Amino acid sequence: MQTKRSTFPAGWLPYALVAPQLVITLIFFIWPAGQALVQSVQRQDPFGFRTTFVGLDNFSRLFADPLYMNALSVTFVFAVGTTLLSMSVALLFAVMVNKLIRSRDGYTTLLVWPYAVAPAIAGVLWWFIFNPTIGILPYILDMLGYDWNHRTSSTDAMILVIIAAAWKQISYNFIFFLAGLQSVPHSLIEAAAIDGASPMKRFWTIVFPLLSPITFFLMVINIVYAMFDTFGIIHATTQGGPAQATNILVFKVYMDGFIGQNIGYAAAQSVVLMAIVIVLTVIQFRYIERKVQY
Amino acid sequence: MATITMDTLEKTYPGAAEPAVKGISLDIADGELIVLVGPSGCGKSTLLRMVAGLETITSGTLRIGERVVNRLEPADRDIAMVFQNYALYPHMTVYNNLAYGLKNRRFPKAEIERRVQEAARILEIDAFLGRKPRQLSGGQRQRVAMGRAIVREPAAFLFDEPLSNLDAKLRVQMRVEIRRLQRRLRTTSLYVTHDQLEALTLADRLVVLNAGQVEQIGTPSVVYDRPETLFVATFIGSPSMNLVPTDFVRSHANGHMPPLSDRADIIGIRPDSLLLAEPPEPATPLPATLELFEPAGDVSHLYLRLETLPEPLTARVQGRPSLEEGAPLTLWVRHGEFHPFEKETGRRVE
Repeated sequence: MQTKRSTFPAGWLPYALVAPQLVITLIFFIWPAGQALVQSVQRQDPFGFRTTFVGLDNFSRLFADPLYMNALSVTFVFAVGTTLLSMSVALLFAVMVNKLIRSRDGYTTLLVWPYAVAPAIAGVLWWFIFNPTIGILPYILDMLGYDWNHRTSSTDAMILVIIAAAWKQISYNFIFFLAGLQSVPHSLIEAAAIDGASPMKRFWTIVFPLLSPITFFLMVINIVYAMFDTFGIIHATTQGGPAQATNILVFKVYMDGFIGQNIGYAAAQSVVLMAIVIVLTVIQFRYIERKVQY
Repeated sequence: MATITMDTLEKTYPGAAEPAVKGISLDIADGELIVLVGPSGCGKSTLLRMVAGLETITSGTLRIGERVVNRLEPADRDIAMVFQNYALYPHMTVYNNLAYGLKNRRFPKAEIERRVQEAARILEIDAFLGRKPRQLSGGQRQRVAMGRAIVREPAAFLFDEPLSNLDAKLRVQMRVEIRRLQRRLRTTSLYVTHDQLEALTLADRLVVLNAGQVEQIGTPSVVYDRPETLFVATFIGSPSMNLVPTDFVRSHANGHMPPLSDRADIIGIRPDSLLLAEPPEPATPLPATLELFEPAGDVSHLYLRLETLPEPLTARVQGRPSLEEGAPLTLWVRHGEFHPFEKETGRRVE
């Protein structure tokens, strides 16, 4: 189809208008990414006096490192756990709020608030709630006969960071699911009711399949979130411990690079992360743009 | 196969001052096609949805067959519904759309297959069974929606304005098909429409609703020939019936008046009852001026000004008579075609 297009005389103006965005992208994204690429093939001495080119040595050491392999599997468990938890709870909330009529807006507003809480603050909140010494939840769990201690139990620690990371994301997923539910035509539900489907069956055979594009979109978003945006939560709660049990990839980059001062090694890790982001982004564009077909 | 019996059905929405459906009683015989017709907001869709079980019944009794179904879930009422927007499941193929209700009722696979194929054959959608609804045209979707109703072989079909999303030509075609299908299956049907032409052509009996109440129940010909209220008189028929004060007619009749009740202060005259020449039967003359001439194919519409009356009358005549706009002429109305009404009650008085 032919669309009308306005053309302006090409001069300095268009470049000037795009320049701020370009400058920001170059300084804050492209340059650091380039630095990481360069550093990932270098090794520095502990004092930063001497830098030597080592080729792919950092990478081969990385994939031979059992600690890094551990971080990979921890990240996998963490990302899957966070995504499943935040999406299922969000879907449950959305379904329940969608049943309301008058109080729907009130609940929606309240359920969105956690999204506005900074990750570090959320981490501290969870740190207090789950604190084995002073926290309210271990106190209650203790009464139920469960000895909660995320400082010694790697399972408890993983549960803690998953809950803390998922909590915030629930708000985000909730909004999308609620919008999705509201766009399912009511007559479809009624038709299914007449067709003899129970409420549960109606949800799983009609509503849920119709939500599938949103579910897929959120799945990618949540995995990306869990893998890359949860540094603050880990930092504020478990610091990767105990015994590396919650040391996810992004946190390991920070630990190795800024605490361990092993810049080249950390740079190699961030290059791997970069590759993962690129793959996820490609998946998202390839499939979400085309939408999940039904 | 079943009768549907409504006994003073009433529906009041929570928070509403007035009921949306005000005590409607109706007996639908087995195999009958009843059309509920009325302007938007008259409660016809609400009534249909009450029968379907999609709206609760505030008071009154509803029976399908011998069973009182007031409190039954839609699935347990043994009815099938065709929705205005078809409500096809977009993620399922046509085959699965048709089979969904049967699967939920745990029919054996072979029986599902047989019924779906049978319905598809009747509706001529066999070729599309593997497609998704979005790959179908409006008319084909309409057929699938009907197919979903007939595979169930329910006690009753409920149609909620099923043709209003189709273009004019397809609407006529589907109207005929619905009628043919209903004749063939002889399934009791309740059909909601706001289109009075659809109502007249489809119905065994017509229920004209207005503001939640029944105005008239009758066969299409009775409702058209003998409207019981002013509302029915003006709602059914297109162009709609002309209403003229009795005094005005009498003052121009030169004594050519039919015997009328004293209470008949309004006379309704159908547009085709206004004749340009004096008929052999007893008739009443009305002097008029032709305001506008509107040819409409095989018929012509005349807009006529009658001296002191504020509204012009509409006449429909065959062919294209050569008349000049602004010319005075005399119209004739046969005495048998007077529809006398009382203004205060809005009812027909003979």
